[in-house]
Amino acid sequence: MGATLRALWGWFDSRMPSVASEWRKHAAEYYAPKNFNFWYFFGALSMLVLGIQIVSGIFLTMNYKPDAALAFASVEYIMRDVPGGWLIRYIHSTGASAFFIVVYLHMFRGLLYGSYKQPRELVWIFGVLIYLTLMGEAFFGYLLPWGQMSYWGAQVIVNLFGTVPLIGPDLALLIRGDYVVSDVTLNRFFALHVIAFPLVLLGLVVAHILALHDVGSNNPDGIEIKKTKGPDGHPLDGIPFHPYYTVKDLMGAVLFIAIFCFIMFFVPEVGGYFLEYNNFIPADPLKTPEHIAPVWYFTPFYSILRAVPPFFNSQFPGVMAMGIATMILFFLPWLDRSPVKSIRYRGVLYKSWLAAFVVVFFILGYLGTENTNVWGQFGFNAFFLDTKDVATWVARVCTVVYFLFFFLMPWYTARDEVKPVPDRVTS
Amino acid sequence: MRKLLLVALLAPLAAFAASGGYPLDPSPHDPRDLVSVQNGARTFVNYCLGCHSAQYMRYQGLTAIGLTEAQIRDNLMFTAEKIGEPMKGPMTVKEGKQWFGVAPPDLSVIARSRGADWLYTYLRTFYRDPKAATGWNNAVFPNVGMPHALWMLQGERRLEVETPKDGHGHVAFKWSEASKGTQSAAEYDATVRDLVNFLAYVSEPHASSRRAIGVITLFFLGVLFVFAYLLKKEYWKDVH
Repeated sequence: MGATLRALWGWFDSRMPSVASEWRKHAAEYYAPKNFNFWYFFGALSMLVLGIQIVSGIFLTMNYKPDAALAFASVEYIMRDVPGGWLIRYIHSTGASAFFIVVYLHMFRGLLYGSYKQPRELVWIFGVLIYLTLMGEAFFGYLLPWGQMSYWGAQVIVNLFGTVPLIGPDLALLIRGDYVVSDVTLNRFFALHVIAFPLVLLGLVVAHILALHDVGSNNPDGIEIKKTKGPDGHPLDGIPFHPYYTVKDLMGAVLFIAIFCFIMFFVPEVGGYFLEYNNFIPADPLKTPEHIAPVWYFTPFYSILRAVPPFFNSQFPGVMAMGIATMILFFLPWLDRSPVKSIRYRGVLYKSWLAAFVVVFFILGYLGTENTNVWGQFGFNAFFLDTKDVATWVARVCTVVYFLFFFLMPWYTARDEVKPVPDRVTS
Repeated sequence: MRKLLLVALLAPLAAFAASGGYPLDPSPHDPRDLVSVQNGARTFVNYCLGCHSAQYMRYQGLTAIGLTEAQIRDNLMFTAEKIGEPMKGPMTVKEGKQWFGVAPPDLSVIARSRGADWLYTYLRTFYRDPKAATGWNNAVFPNVGMPHALWMLQGERRLEVETPKDGHGHVAFKWSEASKGTQSAAEYDATVRDLVNFLAYVSEPHASSRRAIGVITLFFLGVLFVFAYLLKKEYWKDVH
């Protein structure tokens, strides 16, 4: 048996040696720093969730009907009458939020250890493209259950494009394919969600990893391990990705799946954050819900949008602020002027700004899920108070801090007091 | 389009004004109490199904709450011929709109959109209101189109809302009895609890098997994690 298998593999290998050579290049002989910590699980986990979403999505497609008259009922049909359908649907709905959780943690790892800095700018840029594509993918997918939040969330977001000067209304019309969100919109969003954006995502993930493996992985010390090589030509602080990190990531994946399953089996709605309550009401184009809130992963940006006051009756400044808030990520490698990569050797300035950034990101995220009057109103009047909602003003302050984190970065990273970086990785 | 966007963006502001402010009672329903769910099913088909549907639920599915197909056919199926049919009431959307102003909503997933607490409180807070078209109003859902379908059980009640004059402090709700129903207050609460229990069941019929499979899955993953951890430890012994 073993001999037959070996012979078969030999036959295969002599005709297609690239399989073995790619395996060596990207796994068995890809030397990764040996000091990866907790934060380094989330890249592999992002790929795991991508796989989960693709497989569960394929099974959902078998019973889902992209038709305004049938969509809501078909989701309930999946939840009730399709054997195991409820499980597939919950895998996919939990997976959507899980995807953003792991991707946000993965991106935060980049901020912690300067993984975007030279020579990994392209790795970062592909990563930001993945993030933006993922946002589109999530947005298109959210329309498909055709509940009230699906419908009105899509209505609001498409209308954001309508605020662009000159081309706005035509642009919104192009996205919707109709004058309001309708069956036409549902059909095209379905097409974009199940094939167009997943293809782009897969392509970008390949590019992200190829770019990473060309320059090599960063690590919690922010040291280039390729600089100190042993007599065998391999980095002294590197270990082959396979088997060391494959078994380590396997362990992380099992733990992650356990948390995933806990949510999915016991609290699939997560208090209305993963599955919004209003989305169990079928879409009604004639009835605007009192409170429209996007799903949690969009809420920091939704807060920024709401925080910016309209200008000459146009919401465009808010929309632009929201756009810049995401696009600015592309420029991070050039905004950061620090001579060191890792937070371990950075000074108090960067640490403080990063902490402030994290805090405002969470506050903005929370406020985006709530009404603007959630924290009451100011008890006094003043000429500059266009709104007396406390939460709106907090969101404004947070928005300013969000942008200052990026805009002031060239200044505070250049003059930060950094610590000396060791030659070899520490732990 | 811009107007629509503005409406959508400002809509949250209107929400506060619209909420009635009546405090919700926590629903005492228990999905494991199948007798209660069955009782709720009987109340549902007798009092609710005339106007509402639960069209995503099939009668056959009620075997999962401990009923036989014969029991379902004999006691619960007033509007269907075959056991595999959905729980659809006789009222059409058009008729509903004509008679009540809005079509009575489908109740298949109402417990997921409104929540059990809301339903439990709503069904117990109808009161007589001569100004309302149906003669009924509701403390949780002001100016609701639905009359009090369970009034024969609960009896008629009146409500006085006392708003504090200085605008501070809590609004006080004062209930008074206008006529007795066939059930005592405690019996009526139990009837509503059972009905909410049924609505919660119908909103996600697989919820109990979901939790059961969850326990097994997490146990399996716990064991798997131990092996994954040991495997990692074994391989990483030689990394210094």
